[in-house]
Amino acid sequence: MSDERGVWAYGITQDATGANLSWLVGVAGAQVRTATAGGMTVLVSDVDLAEFGEVALRRNLEDLGWLEGVARAHHEVIAVASRMFPVLPTRLATVYGSDESMAAVFDGRREELLAAMRRVGGRVEWGVKAYAVPESRQPEAVRQEPAAEGGAPADAGGRGAGLAYLKRRKEQLSARAESQRSAAAGAHAVHGHLAAHAAGARLHPPQSPQLSGDHRPMMLNAAYLVDANDGTGFASEVAAVAEAHPELDLNLTGPWPPYSFTAEDEGAG
Amino acid sequence: MSPTRELATAEPTGPPAQRIALVDLLDRVLAGGVVITGEITLSMADVELVTISLRALLASVSTLAEETT
Repeated sequence: MSDERGVWAYGITQDATGANLSWLVGVAGAQVRTATAGGMTVLVSDVDLAEFGEVALRRNLEDLGWLEGVARAHHEVIAVASRMFPVLPTRLATVYGSDESMAAVFDGRREELLAAMRRVGGRVEWGVKAYAVPESRQPEAVRQEPAAEGGAPADAGGRGAGLAYLKRRKEQLSARAESQRSAAAGAHAVHGHLAAHAAGARLHPPQSPQLSGDHRPMMLNAAYLVDANDGTGFASEVAAVAEAHPELDLNLTGPWPPYSFTAEDEGAG
Repeated sequence: MSPTRELATAEPTGPPAQRIALVDLLDRVLAGGVVITGEITLSMADVELVTISLRALLASVSTLAEETT
């Protein structure tokens, strides 16, 4: 019952003026409502600043369980709303003191936000990750496993065996480097092909194995902006490049709200 | 036909039974979404810090996935 209330923003739309979204549950179990800002509609919910104020937020974001709950709630609101009307998602943890102060900020950014909404309107994001296929699972020709060493069984344990071991080890390492090079070139080609079939493309940094639980080398972590009604066409392109690149395991996720395409240009941040 | 091919799909907007991977979600909600400076907002640098400290945290909490599925 703190009187310190803030306003958490989920996303912006032009299509939900006056809509009742109170059935939607947002972060911390709060009801979602709409607010008007800069002539646009913002999906928001009220939050307690004891939990979502600047200092508390900084601390809570370090708590993985808390972050996961908030991230999933934030996403759920955007994902559900996106099925009803186009939504420009806002960055996680965008909090204002009041509807009025939020409106003041949005007023100043109106043209830019409208342009971003036009860019992503009617489009969704697909995620494509590519992993290097472990050498042991690659076809023989790619694997280049050194054949059993000829010669020198007689002096096993002697100097000859040591040299043979070093030679074999060197060949294994160079095969590994070659397979990494081939996976990197494949990922580059996959990205080029998919980007050519999308309205936009963004590269995310490779995911950390600790975060993902997947220890295969990640060669590509990309997002593609695709017309909402062309999901099957894009998925077919992904299947085709997957077939053409046996050195990679591809993983497709989506459709996502267009999170990765809210900025004009990635370089500009 | 090769067993090395695998094209997994996930449905982020689907029912809870098909929970999306937290790591894929964090890629998007921490680094994506339009940044509109509020009174209380994370700067880009703060997000980097969150991501970095999370990775350190996760290195010691690798059982999270099992716990939350």
